[in-house]
Amino acid sequence: MIEILDLAKSFEDHLVLSGVNLTVPTGKTTVIIGRSGCGKSVLLKHIVGLIKPDRGTIAIDSIDITQLSGRSLDQIRKKFGVLFQSAALFDSMTVEENVGFALREHTTMRAEAVRERVRECLALVGLPDVEQLKPAELSGGMRKRVGLARAIAMNPEIILYDEPTTGIDPIMGDVINDLIIALRDRLKVTSVVVTHDMRSAYKVADRIAMLYNGAVIAEGTPEEIRRSPHPVVRQFVEGQATGPIQEGLPDRRILSRWPNRASRGASTGRGGPQTA
Amino acid sequence: MGARLLAPLVQTAAIAGAWMVAIVEYAGQLGVLLAQAAGGCCVRPTRWRSVLYELWKIGTQSWPIVSLCSIFIGMVLALQSAYQMQRLGAEIYIASLVSLSVVREIGPVMTALIVAGRVGSAIAAELGTMKVTEQLDAMVTLATDPVRFLVVPRLLATVVAMPLLTLWANGLGILGGFVIGTMKLGILPNIYWKMTTLPLVFKDLGSGLLKSFVFALIICIVSCFEGFRTHGGAEGVGRATTTAVVSSFLFIIAADCLFTAIFYFVWH
Repeated sequence: MIEILDLAKSFEDHLVLSGVNLTVPTGKTTVIIGRSGCGKSVLLKHIVGLIKPDRGTIAIDSIDITQLSGRSLDQIRKKFGVLFQSAALFDSMTVEENVGFALREHTTMRAEAVRERVRECLALVGLPDVEQLKPAELSGGMRKRVGLARAIAMNPEIILYDEPTTGIDPIMGDVINDLIIALRDRLKVTSVVVTHDMRSAYKVADRIAMLYNGAVIAEGTPEEIRRSPHPVVRQFVEGQATGPIQEGLPDRRILSRWPNRASRGASTGRGGPQTA
Repeated sequence: MGARLLAPLVQTAAIAGAWMVAIVEYAGQLGVLLAQAAGGCCVRPTRWRSVLYELWKIGTQSWPIVSLCSIFIGMVLALQSAYQMQRLGAEIYIASLVSLSVVREIGPVMTALIVAGRVGSAIAAELGTMKVTEQLDAMVTLATDPVRFLVVPRLLATVVAMPLLTLWANGLGILGGFVIGTMKLGILPNIYWKMTTLPLVFKDLGSGLLKSFVFALIICIVSCFEGFRTHGGAEGVGRATTTAVVSSFLFIIAADCLFTAIFYFVWH
């Protein structure tokens, strides 16, 4: 179980997390939703100990990792598999070297056993016969799946997914969703998925938590979130431009001053600000 | 009136002080990374395959340009010293001047500057790209220390490659002088060779090689440090690369000045 208590983090003067409280139950998939730049990835990096918080605790199986460093933190990290948004494959290595990286570093497995395990992981994500390719030779969806194969190679207890469906086509996105569900069901892993893709969130989540203004403002089952009366949650899950969330949206006054080509006729030429 | 005159002085002193603090802080951070890498060198197993690969990369990247520059510098040194020596009728000492200059100073420093430009920039760009594409974060989440995995092999390779490249540069620099001395200035080959080796003692070679070892530490640590602290995408990688080369140059020249002074006053 992952228990996050009163987690706060700011970068210079910018407050990103202002007191996050969240419990991730063992063997379940918890999806963290929120707008781009709201601190979802920062929260994920805290969970795996990549960033130290200004305040608060993160307990992994009752061990507060915010107090750990060096080898003791590395021991906890071996429980994790992380799928990065960009897959973050080591581009100087082949797919086989990427997927087998942790096996070679942290186990005494023989080279042939590592190769066999790599083939198995790649088969699990539907990518046979790519072992000798370099990451640059792979498509976006393939890179994500290789990243997933690398994340599961050590049989982790917890898998963190950072925007797993971003930047790939909807069909491949659904393949990734099915893999997340299959890993939870077959390997019984605890999963934390960070996304703003609501279709993916509803499909893979056991629980959904919404992050807004640096804190969790709503938490519940996918159905509870879908029916949430909270106006911020409603605006986000329904994908509405109008509502309480207005930061980063276009200025409607400027938009209303933009020339209307239809009302001015076809001869007015290119759109743009009106001149006197 | 006095206060108005003092204000610019105080402002200049404040800027100079801030610069000094920044330089000391930067050097301190480099020292921490060097200590971590030195500690990593002691942890087994050492990744000898990576060390050999880095050694091969440093060698193949730097060897051709080091060779060319060394020969040309040797030739230039011989010609420039001939300009003065011929007036004194002391052309015979050109060989000694070239060999001492090359072995004690020009060989190590020129090789270090070339390696900093050629290899240091490549290290900073590679690690910087890994940083901005989250590959370093991925490595940490795989419970692997980037200093041990990335810096230690590069450090071991650089400290082995630099003295070897310096020896090579010394040889070719002397050869460049030899070509000019014998073919253009009319000095007999056996006389030139005798006057080349006569003034050279172990201290000359040793001080040059010790300098090259220190320069290797500077190049590798500065480049890795700049790579590790890269941020801001492609622009950040470009900035890190430039900073790595410029900082390496400055530290190499400063270290050269310091070591030359130490050798002059202490090991004279």
